Amino acid sequence: MYAFEPSDEQKMLIDAIQRYSTNDLRPAAHDADEMSQLPGDLVEKGWEMGVLQASIPEEYGGFGDHSAVTGVLAAEELAWGDLAGAFAVLTPGLFALPILLSGSEQQKEKFLPQVIEAEWKPYTAALVEPRFDFDPNDLDSIASENNDSYLLNGEKVFVPYAADSEALIVYAQLNGKTQGFIVPAETNGLEVGDRQALMGINALPLYKIKLDGVRVPKHNRLGDQPDHDFNAIIDASRVAIAAMGVGLSRAAFEYSRDYAKDREVFGVKVAQKQAIAFMLAEMVTEIEAIRLLTWEAAWMIDEGKEEASKHAYLAHTGAMDMAMMVTDRAVQILGGHGYIREHPVEMWMRCGRGIATFTGLAMV
Amino acid sequence: MIEFEMPKPIAKQRYLLQTVAEEMMRPHSRYFDEHEHEIPWDYINFMHQALQAVGAGSLAPSTEDGGEEKEIEEKKKKKYPPIGNQSLAFMLETLSWGDVGVYLVTPGGSLGAAAIETTGTPEQRKKFLARYQQEKPAFGAMAMTEPQCGSDTSAIRTSAVLDTETNEWVINGEKIFVTAGKISLEDSDGLVVVWATIDPAAGRAGMRPFVVEAGTPGVKVTKLEHKMGIRASDTASIVLQDTRVPFENLLGSPEIPKKETKGFKGAMATFDATRPLVAATGIGVARATLELLKDLLSQQGVTIRYGLPRQKLSSVERDVIDMEIMLESAWLLVIKAVWMTDNRKPNSLEASMSKVRAGDIVTKITQKAVEIMGPLGYTRDHLLEKWFRDAKITDIYEGTGQINRLVVARNILGYRGSQLR
Repeated sequence: MYAFEPSDEQKMLIDAIQRYSTNDLRPAAHDADEMSQLPGDLVEKGWEMGVLQASIPEEYGGFGDHSAVTGVLAAEELAWGDLAGAFAVLTPGLFALPILLSGSEQQKEKFLPQVIEAEWKPYTAALVEPRFDFDPNDLDSIASENNDSYLLNGEKVFVPYAADSEALIVYAQLNGKTQGFIVPAETNGLEVGDRQALMGINALPLYKIKLDGVRVPKHNRLGDQPDHDFNAIIDASRVAIAAMGVGLSRAAFEYSRDYAKDREVFGVKVAQKQAIAFMLAEMVTEIEAIRLLTWEAAWMIDEGKEEASKHAYLAHTGAMDMAMMVTDRAVQILGGHGYIREHPVEMWMRCGRGIATFTGLAMV
Repeated sequence: MIEFEMPKPIAKQRYLLQTVAEEMMRPHSRYFDEHEHEIPWDYINFMHQALQAVGAGSLAPSTEDGGEEKEIEEKKKKKYPPIGNQSLAFMLETLSWGDVGVYLVTPGGSLGAAAIETTGTPEQRKKFLARYQQEKPAFGAMAMTEPQCGSDTSAIRTSAVLDTETNEWVINGEKIFVTAGKISLEDSDGLVVVWATIDPAAGRAGMRPFVVEAGTPGVKVTKLEHKMGIRASDTASIVLQDTRVPFENLLGSPEIPKKETKGFKGAMATFDATRPLVAATGIGVARATLELLKDLLSQQGVTIRYGLPRQKLSSVERDVIDMEIMLESAWLLVIKAVWMTDNRKPNSLEASMSKVRAGDIVTKITQKAVEIMGPLGYTRDHLLEKWFRDAKITDIYEGTGQINRLVVARNILGYRGSQLR
C-alpha cells in the first residue's frame, strides 16, 4: 500500500525535534555561525532526544530498531533548525551506524554501548578526500595488508570533531573496494591537521587529517572479514543528506514566504506579485517532490529493496539541485535584505551549496 | 505509516494494461498520429469489453449508491483502504505510456463522468453513468472553455435559464476545446457536462454544471481542431442553441448562496480529483520517452553509471539521471495527491503541485530526449518527436502550468483569488 503519514511514534519524535529545532537550534544558529562555535550544552540537549539511540537495538545499549524512514524524518527536522547543529547532534552516528549496519557481532558488542549509553561524545568518521571529483567508491586513501594488520595512507578532509574524537571510522580503498577501519584517536600516524574554514556550516568543527602508515589490527576492519557492504553505508548517508537538504530548504522557503507576506511594495504585499508568488509555488513543489523521493529511497533501504542504492543516489542528486534552487530564491525574494547577515537566508544559501558535497557527514 | 508498495490489485491490473499498451496502442501510434480524427475503434471496442468484464464501465472510480462515506468507513474497518484513484492513476499512466492520444478516446465517462462523480447526487450518478455499462461503448466530456475565456473559467458566458413552465433548463452559448466532444455527442450515446451560469450577476457563484446528453436537440459540434499532438483525440467546438435539458440535469444545487461560491467550488473540487489524473497521463509519456531514450543510447553503447559524482559523468549521463529524478519525484507527487483523494483528504495544494510538476517535467524530458538523440530524435522513424508534441498539452489542459502555480501560491500564502490575481 501507499501511505504518506508518519506513525504515531514517528510523529512524537518529530514533535520533540521540532521543539528543539525551534527553541534551541534556530535561535543559536546565527551567533554559532559567526563565532564558529556551537553553545556548550546545545549538542548534548539534542543528543538526549535519542535519535541515534532509538535506532540501535537494546542488546547494544539502544532502545529501538534502525529505520531509515524514521531517520530521514528526524534529519529533516534537525536541519530545519540549523544544518551545522544538526550535523553535530548526528555525528556519533557516523561511527555507530556503520558498525551497526556492517560491523561484526564482536565489534557491535564492543563499540556500540560505549557510544550509545554515554553522553554525547565525538565519535566520528573520515570519508571525504580533497579532490574535485571525490568519489566514495574510488578513494585515494589506500589500505594495504601487512601481516596481522592493515596500513592506512592518505589524506582526508571534512572530518567532524577530529581533534577531540574518541575514535573514528576511516574509509580507505582495499583491493579496489571502499572499506571502513575502526581507528582509536590515539593511534600513531593519525595526524589531525588544522580546523577547516568553509563557506558554510561554520559552527561545525571540521578537520583535515593525514594518514601516515596508520596501523589497524585486522579485527578492527569493519565487519572483520571478508569485504563488508559499503553500499549500505553510503546509501544511509545519501538519504540523510537529502533529507537535510529538504529541511534546510523548507526553512528558507518558510522564511521567504513569511517575509513576502509582510513586505509592502507598490501598495500591496510583495507576495501578491505573481513574479514572487510563482517562485514560492515552484519552491514548495520542488521541496515536496524531493522529500517524497527521499522518503521512498529510505523506505526501500528499510525494505531491503534491490533498487535502494540507485534511489538513494537519485534522492541526493535531486536534493543538491533543490537546495540550491530554493535557498538562492529565498535570498532573491528578500532582495537586498537577503544579502544581509541579519537575516538567515544568506547563511542557508551558503549551506545549500554544501548539500552536493556533504556525503559522509551524516548518516541515518 | 510511510509506505511505497504498489497495492497488489494495482500490480495485477497494471500487468494487463501494459500488454494492452504494448500490443494495441504502440503499433498504431504513428498511424493515428498521421490520420487525425480517425477513430481507433479496435482499441475502443477491446477496452470496452475489458472494462465491462472487470465492472469498471466508467473510467471514474466507482462509488456505490447513497453511501460513499459509509462505504469508505467500512472499507477502513476491514483494513482495505480505498485505492480507486490510485488505481486509476496507474491505469492512465500505463495507457498513456502506450499512446496518450489513443488513451484519450478510451470509452467511459472521462472528465464528464468525473464531474458527475464529484458533484452529482447518488440518483444523478445512477442515471447518467449507467450508459457506461451498456453493450456499446460511450464517451463523456467536460465543456468549460469558451472562445473569450480559457483559464479564467469564472468568466464564462454560456447561460442556463429555467423555464418554469416545463421545468427545463434552456442553455445557450458556445464551448471550445472540448476534449472528446465529438465522440461523446455524435459517435456514441455519451454526454457532455457543460458549465453555464444561472445568474450572470453572481459571478463564480452562479456557475453550474449541466449534463447534456447525446441526441439533445439544439446542441451541435461545429468544428474539430487540428493539433500539434494527441491527434487521435478530437477537440471540438460545440454550439448550444436553446438546448433544453430536464431540471435534474443540473449537478448539485440551483440555490445561490449569498457568500460562498459553491458553484465554482464544484468545478474546483472536480479539478482536485482530475488534475493528478491528467498529471498521470503526462508521467506515462515521460516514462515512455525515458525508456526509449535509454534503449537507443544503450544500442549506441552508452550505459548510465549511477552512483558516480556528477563530475565524473558525461553530459548525456547527467541529463538522463536528472530526467529520472524529475520523472520519479513527479510520479510520487501524483501518487500522494490521488492517495489523498482516495482518503478524502483536502488536496487542492497537492493536486496542483502534481500538475505543475508533471507539466514541467514531461515537456523538459521529451524536449531533451529529442535533443540528445540528434537526427534520430528529430525523425519520424522514432516516436520521440511524437511524444515531444503529445507532451506539451499536459502543461496546458486541466489548468495551465501558470493557473496551477496560482492555485499552489494561493494555498501556501493563504490568499484568496482577490488577493493574488
